[in-house]
Amino acid sequence: MTIAHLENAVVTLAGYPLLSGVDLDIEERSVVVLTGPNGAGKTSLLRLLAGLETLARGEGNVLGFDLLHGDRRQLRREVGWIGHEGSFYNELTVRDNLVFAARSLGRPIDDIPVALQRTGLVERTNTLAKRLSAGQRRRLGLAWLLVRRPSLWILDEPYASLDENGRDFLNGLITEVIRQGATVVLSAHDPLRNATFDVRQVRMEGGRIVNRDVQ
Amino acid sequence: MIRTALLVAAKDLRIEARSRVLLWQVVPFGVMALLLIGLAVGPSATTTRHLAPGLFYVVLVLVSLLMINRSQAVENSPGTKTSVTMLGLDQAGVFIGKALALLLELAMTSVVLLVGVVLFLHVPLHGALIASPSVLLTIATMSVAGTLYGAIAAGVDGPATLLPVLALPAFAPLLIAGERSFASAVIGGALAKWLLILILALIVYVAIGIILYGALEES
Repeated sequence: MTIAHLENAVVTLAGYPLLSGVDLDIEERSVVVLTGPNGAGKTSLLRLLAGLETLARGEGNVLGFDLLHGDRRQLRREVGWIGHEGSFYNELTVRDNLVFAARSLGRPIDDIPVALQRTGLVERTNTLAKRLSAGQRRRLGLAWLLVRRPSLWILDEPYASLDENGRDFLNGLITEVIRQGATVVLSAHDPLRNATFDVRQVRMEGGRIVNRDVQ
Repeated sequence: MIRTALLVAAKDLRIEARSRVLLWQVVPFGVMALLLIGLAVGPSATTTRHLAPGLFYVVLVLVSLLMINRSQAVENSPGTKTSVTMLGLDQAGVFIGKALALLLELAMTSVVLLVGVVLFLHVPLHGALIASPSVLLTIATMSVAGTLYGAIAAGVDGPATLLPVLALPAFAPLLIAGERSFASAVIGGALAKWLLILILALIVYVAIGIILYGALEES
């Protein structure tokens, strides 16, 4: 089943095209990796799928929400996002952040210990987020998503600042959430190698998709 | 909306409790400012008592600008804004929640400053107590207006310096109404009309904030 469909999607910023006519279909329970150089439009495409950018022209539908006329706030509640910088309040503890995320969406806070265990942050439960290392911050972002349980995971360069253990952990987590029925779209500078799951690689340049289904 | 407001207010207050910026930086700044102004005015108890309501509100406005900046800064650190946007919270609730947290922080600061006014500026204790409801009403209006102007300033470069430019003209009528009602409580005079102005301003700012806050955040 297709959970996201873009047709000639155009996104602009102050008249400058960030995406200039993107066509893309994303199947449920798949992993799509956007690759390409800096400025290729990977983050803009991820932001469009997350309901964070406005569609200037073309058509788009994500998880049944129309990107042109639909309620993007409702879409965002169904989509999990991890950006470059981390995803939380720096002056709250790890646990406080997860409680806030859970309560915001009416999720049970009983899931928090499981998420902390899964992401290896149990010993950092009461640490302020600003005191975490870059890799731990990335893990907190993932724990935030585990608590949120979104149907679509959007990860902007999630492998950055992860060591080999961290990469293995992330691969395992993606495998797990796909098995549970979620869909993952992520960006990376280079095509993923050694992934433990099936990957559909899409290369972007200049705000367009130039090559899809690269293996 | 109420559920979101309580969630956001609790989160903002927890951030302050964890960081202790209010306790160790903002409140001492307010006390020192009040003390210095008291020294600058001179030792005459009659003069300081007469000027006390105005001086109290000048310090409170300076303190509130620091708090508003901080309230917005925690939302706009890199990554945080996007992630919280992705929670799809009701923006009217976020607005009310942030204003509520700001009100509680300002209320705590006001208590300390009122003690300072009694100690440094020779205002009688019963006068400060009688003025307390009008102070509460004034800071409630300042919290709501400040949250709105804070969101506007947060959307452009240099929010910390832009905020006073935007907020001070809006605070001026509140400052006058607050000062007049405080003075009326201390030295006598009509109180009701100033309270009415503050109540009207509060209602108008709450309505504008509920309508506009979501659009400001989206932009």
